[in-house]
Amino acid sequence: MHELSIAMSIVEMAQEESERQGNAQVMAVHLRLGQLSGVVKEALLSSYEMACEATPLAGSRLLIEEIPVEVFCPTCDGPRMVDSIQWFCCPDCGTPTPTVLHGKELEVVALEIRE
Amino acid sequence: MTTEPRLVEVRKNVLKQNDIIARALRERFREAGVLAVSLVSSPGSGKTAFLEKTLTLLQGRYRVAALVGDLATENDAARLARSQAPVKQILTGTVCHLEAAMVQNALEGWDLAQLDFLFIENVGNLVCPSSYDLGEDLRFVLLSVTEGEDKPLKYPTIFNSADVAVITKSDLAAAVEFDEALARRNIQAVRPGMEVFKLSAKTGEGMSEYFEFLESRRARSRAASAAAK
Repeated sequence: MHELSIAMSIVEMAQEESERQGNAQVMAVHLRLGQLSGVVKEALLSSYEMACEATPLAGSRLLIEEIPVEVFCPTCDGPRMVDSIQWFCCPDCGTPTPTVLHGKELEVVALEIRE
Repeated sequence: MTTEPRLVEVRKNVLKQNDIIARALRERFREAGVLAVSLVSSPGSGKTAFLEKTLTLLQGRYRVAALVGDLATENDAARLARSQAPVKQILTGTVCHLEAAMVQNALEGWDLAQLDFLFIENVGNLVCPSSYDLGEDLRFVLLSVTEGEDKPLKYPTIFNSADVAVITKSDLAAAVEFDEALARRNIQAVRPGMEVFKLSAKTGEGMSEYFEFLESRRARSRAASAAAK
């Protein structure tokens, strides 16, 4: 369970950014979370609430956009979405697809602030 | 007066700090010409026995060292030190994985140029270590024959993040009716093209193929290091 330390990093990043914005109040944090990031969405959401406690971010929301796994198919010569992370192959032609293009994201994309 | 909320773009990787340190470590390993290998697996799959055997057999021919992560106790470091190689325990307390900064701190005072191989044994855990780059050249994921052939399907993220799979405790395969073909299929499903070794640290079965691989990778990283100078 490493979601709490990740949630604390998110809160810290959001706080730094809000200070840069003249101590604006943070209403929400927008996060991109890849299916292969190794982070569990539900655990992160509850950890986020804990991490916000007694900080200026208390009461803010964490909005998570889940990023599915996109791979490169060498046969079709293009990006494809895998049907399952238990089966890394092209959904169209069945070629094994070791090259992962998306799905490892763990990124704060934006803050919703109120001045 | 309250204004309407507005959106401010941030676009920052949450693990940026870890990634920066990991990149610096990777650069240090490359400059020193040392091959850094990390080991991940569930608890009890034989990481320490595998590492002890590796250190013992490489010792003499190569300069080897190891860092070993655990929540508590220095038992593993004591076991590994029997190999005579320099070993340092990293105690993580309540943290369930190693982070790049822990590796960096543990290496303080070590002259990496005096090493050929550095092994980093992660905390036994198939979930959390997958998110953290340690700057290693190769990540090995271990799977013991007693754990069941479907481990890769249950933990696809960590298997996908690794470079090499090692099937351990092969001496017990028959006793537990381990289906090797199925295990290999499952590994290839979550990480197509992954190199797989099947071995026993106890009997030595399969260890020579694995050593050949280590030696060839070390030669490759030495060449890359020399070319960069």
